[in-house]
Amino acid sequence: MTARIWGIATAFSVSVLGSALFAAAYALHSGPQWEGLGLFVALGALGLGIVLWAAFAIPAEQVVDVRDDYPSDRDERSEAEAALEHGLAEIDRHGFLTKVLLAALGALGVAALFPLRSLAPGFGQGLYRTKWRRGARLVRENGVPVRASDLAVGSILTVFPDGYVDDASSQTLLLRLPPGVLAARPERRNWSPQGYVAFSKVCTHAGCPVGLYRASTYQLLCPCHQSVFDVAHAARPISGPAARALPQLPLEIAGDGYLQAQSDYTEPIGPGFWQRA
Amino acid sequence: MIRRVVLALDDRLGTAHFMRKALRKAFPDHWSFMLGEIALYCFVVLLATGTYLGFFFDASAQPITYNGSYPSLHGIQMSAAYASVLRLSLDIRAGLLLRQIHHWAALVFVAAITVHMCRIFFTGAFRRPRELNWIVGLVLLILALGAGFTGYSLPDDLLSGTGLRIAYSVLLSVPVVGGYLAFLFFGGDFPATQTIGRLFFTHVLVLPALLVAAMAIHLGMIWRQKHTQFRGPGRTENNVIGSPLWPNYAMKSVGLLFAVAAILTALGAFFQINPIWLYGPYNPANVSSPAQPDWYIGWLEGALRLGPSWDWQIFNHTIPAPFFAGVLLPLVFFTLLFVWPFLERRITHDGQPHQLLDHPSDVPWRTGVGAAVLAFAIVLTFAGSDDVQAKIVGISVERLVNLYRIMLLVLPVAVGLLTFQFARELRARRNALAEAGTRIAISRTDSGGFAEQPEKDARRP
Ligand code: HEM
Ligand code: FES
Repeated sequence: MTARIWGIATAFSVSVLGSALFAAAYALHSGPQWEGLGLFVALGALGLGIVLWAAFAIPAEQVVDVRDDYPSDRDERSEAEAALEHGLAEIDRHGFLTKVLLAALGALGVAALFPLRSLAPGFGQGLYRTKWRRGARLVRENGVPVRASDLAVGSILTVFPDGYVDDASSQTLLLRLPPGVLAARPERRNWSPQGYVAFSKVCTHAGCPVGLYRASTYQLLCPCHQSVFDVAHAARPISGPAARALPQLPLEIAGDGYLQAQSDYTEPIGPGFWQRA
Repeated sequence: MIRRVVLALDDRLGTAHFMRKALRKAFPDHWSFMLGEIALYCFVVLLATGTYLGFFFDASAQPITYNGSYPSLHGIQMSAAYASVLRLSLDIRAGLLLRQIHHWAALVFVAAITVHMCRIFFTGAFRRPRELNWIVGLVLLILALGAGFTGYSLPDDLLSGTGLRIAYSVLLSVPVVGGYLAFLFFGGDFPATQTIGRLFFTHVLVLPALLVAAMAIHLGMIWRQKHTQFRGPGRTENNVIGSPLWPNYAMKSVGLLFAVAAILTALGAFFQINPIWLYGPYNPANVSSPAQPDWYIGWLEGALRLGPSWDWQIFNHTIPAPFFAGVLLPLVFFTLLFVWPFLERRITHDGQPHQLLDHPSDVPWRTGVGAAVLAFAIVLTFAGSDDVQAKIVGISVERLVNLYRIMLLVLPVAVGLLTFQFARELRARRNALAEAGTRIAISRTDSGGFAEQPEKDARRP
């Protein structure tokens, strides 16, 4: 008996040491491990002591509860029902008033929905358009514009429209492909001068940046759910959950040799949504 | 002294009757009944640690250029929110410890809730009269998932920002109202400056308040209905046998609170979690590969990866792929869970109240269905990190995805049938033993031999 009492007392004493260690570790800037060790010992020894106390120093006891709280007896139930019905009948005597009351409550409910509108600002343009415009120069993440002579064949670069560096929906991948690789559709023939092609970097599956490139097979890879897009064939998806090709940005080379957009993307970029045709 | 308090309270509120009964209330002892308590105590730890974090967190998307104490990020643009979590982690004493405890507590919280739910399911504790508490419990699970996801997203690091981006696209995919929903939750087109403030308010006020309210209802109903119990000597549908609340059960439970807190502290102290300074601030054009969410989001991540690449065009409208895997699947999953008690009653035609629990092998078909659903969720969870596995095993992700798709269809069926068969055999063996026990008893005869004799009061186990 006394041995048990001593054991429990020891646990609580160790807990005191743990608290002291935590305080000291805090005061001395010793870092999370020492602070955590102190707190762990303080809490753990306390828990251990209490559990030991419950197990060994309090006689085990079994009590029996009878389940007689519910259901209530028959009379009680029917009286409850009667009381409810009585009230309803009283209210319902003025059937006309009930209807007006419901109308008023309904109107209040509908009115309360209006402020929701403020929580969801201007739905619309952002989903359909990016910041690319006719003549917008392609610039790198540091704002430096790209010249047609800058990229070696086979390389890849993330670009933005001039003035909108870091704009999430305008992020675009610029690639320079060797001649003959790109199987451009007829209507996109003049979108890719000197082997330069540009695709939206926003994955058409769930919007992650399509950040990986397998240069040997001209494949873009989305790290989020591993969709693979075939650059040579208009960036159509060839595996993974993405169902749509990455939209292509029509490019041109300006007179001064800089790359620029012919227009915005010709379709909404990124993941699909209901209103998207 | 004690006498005076009891009398003073009873004079004013008439508490003596309640107190007398409450303090002697019976709490059955079984290890599996601790699971819900563990969840509750994780929540206590979350509140305690989260309150400290909240004083240092700056819920602002304001861009700043970092020049704090972590040289590797000097000169980098980041949100004030990310910078405040950096400061909390690297400059404020005990900040990192409490942050890591908070995160570990969130992981264990959801784990404890999930295992607790499995206990309820496999023992039939959800049956009449406890269907309502099954529903409240599911609400608690959903709230906990929401609290975990919003908390995970607060630091505005590269990993959590990617998760938000995906969540936004999943919301966006909902037919008809998706765009409005996404804008409503995020406060504009992604990435919107309002998002962090909303997440913060939701995470520290809305969801914890709802959690507290739902927990109060949950525990209140348990108190009123009294705990279920497993079959055993003396235990019937009309009683509960267990330790009295005061002092035995209360002491043990307080001990458990400190034990849970201690274990979470040890995890937070010695196992690094979410080192956001290594991930860097969120930048919509970057993504880290491989990107892993917290474990309880894994099944959704897996569903998005295995999901079909459908993009349905209907009357000039689009239903995109994330809808099927990210919205429809969880919707079906949770609906099934919500209606299960009523579905089972339909199937078994058993509308009787049950206060005695089933052993999982008592009802093989239910146990089989549960095992199949678990297998389904586990396959999805594993598929959520298929890129990492593909790298380790050395096969292409494409092949692994196909493998997982097959497993997703085959494994649940196989696991369900095997479990069903196993449970049936277990039950048969137990019944045989029980019957044997009722038939024969052997006693020593005077002459030293053995004799069978009929036993009247043999117990069924
Ligand atoms: C209800 C259950 C809760 C869950 C599941 C939960 C979960 C999380 C998670 C996973 C994180 C990310 C932490 C990290 O990055 O290391 C987090 C952060 C945070 N939580 Fe909670 N939390 C809960 C309750 C609370 C409460 C009640 C508060 C405040 C009263 C709180 C305050 C915070 C704050 C301020 C942060 C951001 C600071 C940081 O990331 O370091 N949490 N939470
Ligand atoms: S976001 Fe690119 S594959 Fe899912």
